[in-house]
Amino acid sequence: MNFQDIIFYFFSSVLIVSALGVITVRNPVYSALLLVLSFVTSAGLWLLLEAEFLAITLVLVYVGAVMVLFLFVVMMLDINLDKLREGFWKWFPIGGIVALVMVVEIAIVMFGQYFSLDAMPAPEPKTVEYSNTKELGRLLYTEYVYAFELAAVLLLVAMIAAIALTLRHREDKKSLDVAKQVSVKKEDRLRIVTMPAEKKG
Amino acid sequence: MESIQQLFEQVFGAELGYMLFSLSTNLTFIFAIIVPLLLGVAYLTFAERKIIAYMQIRVGPNRVTFFGIPWLRGWGQPIADAVKALMKEIVVPAGANKFLFILAPILTIMPALAAWAVVPFSAEMVLADINAGLLYILAMTSMGIYGVIIAGWASNSKYAFLGAMRSAAQVVSYELAMGFALVCVLMMSQSLNLGDIVRGQQGDNWISFLHWFWIPLFPMFLVYFISGVAETNRAPFDVAEGESEIVAGFHVDYSGMAFTVFFLAEYANMILVATLTAIMFLGGWLPPLDIAPLNMIPGFIWLLLKIAFLLFFFLWFRATFPRYRYDQIMRLGWKVFIPITIVWIVVLGVIMQLPESIQNDVPLNLWF
Repeated sequence: MNFQDIIFYFFSSVLIVSALGVITVRNPVYSALLLVLSFVTSAGLWLLLEAEFLAITLVLVYVGAVMVLFLFVVMMLDINLDKLREGFWKWFPIGGIVALVMVVEIAIVMFGQYFSLDAMPAPEPKTVEYSNTKELGRLLYTEYVYAFELAAVLLLVAMIAAIALTLRHREDKKSLDVAKQVSVKKEDRLRIVTMPAEKKG
Repeated sequence: MESIQQLFEQVFGAELGYMLFSLSTNLTFIFAIIVPLLLGVAYLTFAERKIIAYMQIRVGPNRVTFFGIPWLRGWGQPIADAVKALMKEIVVPAGANKFLFILAPILTIMPALAAWAVVPFSAEMVLADINAGLLYILAMTSMGIYGVIIAGWASNSKYAFLGAMRSAAQVVSYELAMGFALVCVLMMSQSLNLGDIVRGQQGDNWISFLHWFWIPLFPMFLVYFISGVAETNRAPFDVAEGESEIVAGFHVDYSGMAFTVFFLAEYANMILVATLTAIMFLGGWLPPLDIAPLNMIPGFIWLLLKIAFLLFFFLWFRATFPRYRYDQIMRLGWKVFIPITIVWIVVLGVIMQLPESIQNDVPLNLWF
């Protein structure tokens, strides 16, 4: 067992334990933090596959932005855990079947001919000049440019839709016109009063 | 260096010896970065107190000295403060989540130190010369926010929680502007490697400060630096602490060394932002004029001078500006900085596609 194997087994065991923790711990904040841990460890696994761009982007996007907002929301929720757990055994059979189907599907893909270890051998070590990022950019902006643009438009539509659905115009809303505030001059607010000095008795 | 490697390989065998050799050299390099950094943090606090004091016509710390030497009066202050912090008790509030309460300062200092791994101090002095250095820096700095959020939540206190909420929203918004500004830098340098970014600013004549990216990317330089001030929660963007509004924000319940670790992380992040601005916009280790006396000075001294120059601005801002109101911070981030950066990306892209730029095989050269 060489050094890379040790790292791989370490990261994958941490990943499995933290992923199990996400769905089993009682405290939702812990579960969000364990999800962060599993993102970071899977980024470590991707680094072993020499996919440094994807690994760092995973940390940057999911850990640095998405999970921060998740945590933000989870911390503000007042979750009644007993109520959440009430229906667990009632829905367990259905959930179990769904989970089983997913496991079987993943197994079919992983052990099939397209993704097996023979079809997808470990990547050849690249030279120092080889830049993962450049290759990915070249592919995304040439061969897959339509799919890429389509995904971007889809995200934009989803973003606008989310804003449009939640934006409410209330009559009694108190808001400030920032441009007006910024352009305030001294003369608008300040009045210098000259008044005669009082007479001394 | 090679003889030490051979010694290791002879003593421990080829494979294990090489592993131990690289481990020990890397650990040495890490210490060589961390120890001066922490000393720099200590004396940055001293510089801050002194500079702000002089700006407010006071004297600042002027008592603690080394061995009674009179002209060193005040210079012992950071050391005395560190010793004091070490002696103090760490109080964990009764209603706090103990594990996360202790974990939060650790999570704050970890990325603040880890980001230094890819920083090039001169053409050869860099611990990890990785291809995606810029992305790595962005990823590390974006992780620093967890400590603040967890501290605010684990303290189980209203003020701490309010501080954490403010800080989370602020950091996430300014990270976008920061990221877009860095996109411009990498369009100019055509590389994510920080060393290559500095080398891209070298230019071909002796007036090298005209080739640094701060001229073609001047709006991005300002956006990046101001976003950096906001990211480190420094005045005038320090609503996360806001002592006049929410006592001390996310670290109101922390004391002793736990508080000091937050403090260290804030100052280490300040130095990091100043270093990155120096590397990406002010030519890193390059001398301002490539002529005889100036280019004899070693590169890392130029980098240190640029870092000190930028750090002075952090202190100057704090002494000058009143704190932003919270909605104004959000407005500045979302409605001013992000549009500016997006427009500049488009402008830069158009300039790069001009026939002259493509002919000369340089993305943007102001001095054709």
